[in-house]
Amino acid sequence: MSGAAHSDHDAAPAHGSVKSYLTGFGLSVVLTAIPFWLVMSGALGSNKLTIVAIVGLAVIQIIVHMIYFLHMNAKSEGGWTIMALIFTLMLVVIALSGTLWVMYHLDENMAPMSAEDGRNMP
Amino acid sequence: MQEGNVSPFYRVDEDHHAEGGSTMLGFWLYLMSDCLIFAVLFATYGVLGRHYAAGPAPKDIFELPLVATNTAMLLFSSITYGFAMLAMERGKVGQTQTWLAITALFGLAFISIELHEFATLIAEGATPQRSGFLSSFFTLVGTHGLHVSCGLIWLATLMAQVWRHGLIPANRRRLQCLSLFWHFLDVIWIGVFTFVYLMGMLR
Repeated sequence: MSGAAHSDHDAAPAHGSVKSYLTGFGLSVVLTAIPFWLVMSGALGSNKLTIVAIVGLAVIQIIVHMIYFLHMNAKSEGGWTIMALIFTLMLVVIALSGTLWVMYHLDENMAPMSAEDGRNMP
Repeated sequence: MQEGNVSPFYRVDEDHHAEGGSTMLGFWLYLMSDCLIFAVLFATYGVLGRHYAAGPAPKDIFELPLVATNTAMLLFSSITYGFAMLAMERGKVGQTQTWLAITALFGLAFISIELHEFATLIAEGATPQRSGFLSSFFTLVGTHGLHVSCGLIWLATLMAQVWRHGLIPANRRRLQCLSLFWHFLDVIWIGVFTFVYLMGMLR
């Protein structure tokens, strides 16, 4: 039997330490507080700039959670978790961008309809 | 009848795998499929989120201080669950249970605040059937809340299991699965407060 080859991933669950959890928590608090503050105070002035900033901070925070709380790395389960994650992210990007793109154009190209037309629809 | 030297087409002696050796990977794959559910709900919100049907817009109904409190509850529950996992690794049953109980309290606070928010919205007439925006909002945020509620039931079940059987390997594995689930829900919430609440207020 291949006991030796399998024993290592039973023994080492690769969980973080108090320090790594606290680091992740501290980073998350900062990365949550900044976007709320930006939106509530309107510090950046323009809405576009604020949106870019809060989306950027959200992406960073998701990566922080993945590393410090979900303990993602390229080696866990022989690399299969990261493969599954990359595949899922690909599907998410395709589904989100495809949906928004197609539906936006569908919206734009629809003939405008009044409430009256809506009520008389077949 | 079989001839002498035909080797069987299946493997007689399968590799030995420790019980539950593939559980974590399997659970991760479940989380990834759950991620796709949320992706679809986010896409739906992205499409319908601006269709107010002359009803309320995000600015009229969202209260950011409440959302910030909610976010803090979920974040605190994430770190306390992390401490429960660390106590579990040191084999301390009492500490594990205490941290799990604190996690459950933060989770309950999150759900209570969310239900309060939903009740306020519905009392104001911002019901799910009012507009496309509200339908997709309640579906997305409600699905997340439902996940957290299921996580709480699961947490209570595991606390009973640990109380009864201690930190046996099966319970450790279950707690690790719930850990992934709990932190995963926090990741989804980052998307919710950014794309739904904060970006909603900027419209």
